Amino acid sequence: MSAVLEPIKPRTAPVKTEGLVPWVRTNLFGDWRSTVVTLAIIALAVYLLPRLLSWAVFNAVVAPNADACQAARGTGACWGVIVEKFRLIIFGRYPYEQQWRPEVATIMLVALLIISCIRRFWKPWLAALWIVVVPAFFVLMGGGWFGLEAVSTDQWGGLPLTIMLATFGIVLAYPISIVVALGRRSNLPAIRSLCVIYIELIRGVPLISVLFMASFMFPLFMPVGKSPDVLLRVLVGITLFSAAYLAEVVRGGLQAIPKGQIEAAQSLGLSYWQTQRKIVLPQALAMVVPGIMNSFIAIFKDTSLVTIVSLYELTGAMSLALNSDAEWRPFKIEGYLFITLIYFIFCFAMSRYSLWIEGQVGRSKTR
Amino acid sequence: MPERAPPTRRDWSWRSQAFRGLVYQIIAVLAIAYGIWYLTQNTLANMEARGIQSGFGFLAGPAGFDIGETVIPYDALDPYWKAFLVGIFNTLRVAIVGVVLATLLGTMLGIGRYSHNAIVRGLCYAYVEFFRNVPVLLQLLMWYLILTDVLPPLIDAISIGGVFFLSNNGLVFPVPVWGMGQLLAGVGAIVGIFIAWYYRRWAMRQFELTGQVRSLVLAPIAIVIAASLLGWIAGGAPTAWSTPEIDGFQTRGGATATPEFMAVLLGLVLYTSAFIAEIVRAGIASVSHGQVEAAGSIGLSKTQSMRLVILPQALRVIIPPMTSQYLNLTKNSSLAVAIGYPDVVSIANTALNQTGRAVECIAIIMAVYLTTSLSTSAFMNWYNRRAAIKER
Repeated sequence: MSAVLEPIKPRTAPVKTEGLVPWVRTNLFGDWRSTVVTLAIIALAVYLLPRLLSWAVFNAVVAPNADACQAARGTGACWGVIVEKFRLIIFGRYPYEQQWRPEVATIMLVALLIISCIRRFWKPWLAALWIVVVPAFFVLMGGGWFGLEAVSTDQWGGLPLTIMLATFGIVLAYPISIVVALGRRSNLPAIRSLCVIYIELIRGVPLISVLFMASFMFPLFMPVGKSPDVLLRVLVGITLFSAAYLAEVVRGGLQAIPKGQIEAAQSLGLSYWQTQRKIVLPQALAMVVPGIMNSFIAIFKDTSLVTIVSLYELTGAMSLALNSDAEWRPFKIEGYLFITLIYFIFCFAMSRYSLWIEGQVGRSKTR
Repeated sequence: MPERAPPTRRDWSWRSQAFRGLVYQIIAVLAIAYGIWYLTQNTLANMEARGIQSGFGFLAGPAGFDIGETVIPYDALDPYWKAFLVGIFNTLRVAIVGVVLATLLGTMLGIGRYSHNAIVRGLCYAYVEFFRNVPVLLQLLMWYLILTDVLPPLIDAISIGGVFFLSNNGLVFPVPVWGMGQLLAGVGAIVGIFIAWYYRRWAMRQFELTGQVRSLVLAPIAIVIAASLLGWIAGGAPTAWSTPEIDGFQTRGGATATPEFMAVLLGLVLYTSAFIAEIVRAGIASVSHGQVEAAGSIGLSKTQSMRLVILPQALRVIIPPMTSQYLNLTKNSSLAVAIGYPDVVSIANTALNQTGRAVECIAIIMAVYLTTSLSTSAFMNWYNRRAAIKER
């Protein structure tokens, strides 16, 4: 028996699936439709990008020179307006020579917030730090102590006001929201319905109507002759508003706790408050940290509305800075783009953090 | 030692949970009632001290201000309640158009995140991240500035095909001349929707009984179109259009979307669609891949598996957050006050400044939004129950 060896024909090498060229082939020119879309977008970019770049970069005027800006109008951006009005946009109407105070106060507050976001620093001394920094913030901003000149709250403005309203809006809303969320899940019908009414009432109306209330109706609510400061009234309005939204976030966490946990706590003889404090809330609140972060982002953006009730936070300070000056008023769009960038940087950073913390919270579930 | 029985529910002692609960509730209700009474007393005292009149009587008096754009006929001599009505209609108009457009754009963007094309994916991602991280008020202000400042004046309006004119006076576009034909076409469409709905129910029942597949999407749409066409023909098939012409500083004919309306609409749609895109993406991501493979293995085509397998399951995840986005859009339309679009908040603000009746005007704003919010969420809850998983 003899067999003739017949070698198998060599096969062609498999198509490469890794590397840049295959990636481009599958992701940009996968089929004819994808190819058409890619080419169309590239054509559009080739058409638009040079125009955009020449407006924003090559023909732009960076020097704070109104005449040069006026000359470049239509062909180039006038970033000079930001150089010229920088301090008005960032600090609003705060007295010029005192502006180091909001600067220091804001940097302190932001640093505190960043520290509070890092897991390694979640220690008891963090609470002490809050107790020190928060009064320091108000002393620096308001003055009247330690030889600092008093600055009334209607002169506060710009980025410090935005950050302050968002931070204290959320921090003050947090305890209220926990109580309301627990109340909404309570067995006591009167307490439950009070909490439901509060949450649904607030969530059903726009923030602007709450702010109108804070600015027009709160003075009527107070005893005759007494009217709290407008900033305080707006802060109360924002707090009550965000508490209702936060309460729903917290309720989501409470609902996710299996009933067995509560039953186990009861069988150990823990009271209602012991159960909530030691068993339910620690688990529920850890679970909703991303949701709280999202509420914080929402409130940070929503603080821009206080400009409608004449508090000049970032958006309002920008309009104020440019509306009052006929020479620079035509370059408002550059001013808007600048504060858009500020808002975007803050909110984007916070949403990235929210994604990271989501992973951190989930870590306890993985074994 | 005799064992003591555990306290029963109706025990009137502090150790009874029911009794304690009752006490807590009474305390809570009394505290709230006292708070409300205190605030009311203060308000009444303040109003008396400042000489503010109260009551809704002012609604019957003449408003005395003009409103830039109205859906219903209105002039400055009309009473306040009519001005508020105009405001409510303007709010609803921008909210309804906004919800439809934001849903379309948001769904496209959400599906775009799953595109085979990397550039499309990247652009959709960049869009979502940019537009949802900038305050909507800022976006409204910017669109308004662009629409009024950057666009040319009416005299050198940008003409699109000679029928659309874009200028800092807004967008002028042609509209059909309203007549019998249009009215009957509308009636026909409504009748058609009813017929189509019954047909669809019948077709579904037939499918469940016999397994015969009938068209559930195209046929009902065809019925509606045919019915409205019939109405249009019955009305004499009018084809007259009112096309705009620019005559110096004004336009003749056509209809105008004001810069205020367009700025509010653009701002709300672009902002909300970023959130809707995320919701749609999450909804599609929630359907497990095995479902798609299973649909393929029983021989469903790509569109069939999308329509019959993926979408019904994704909708369950999508609907609840989508509802809150619709409500957010409606509530955010109140920001129109910042750029002077005469929505209900803006009208109430004017009325408040004219009459000084803060409590009444703010109560009207809140009542309008509460009604809209509660009825929208009631409708969406009903729809959600229909789409929810049917566990047997």
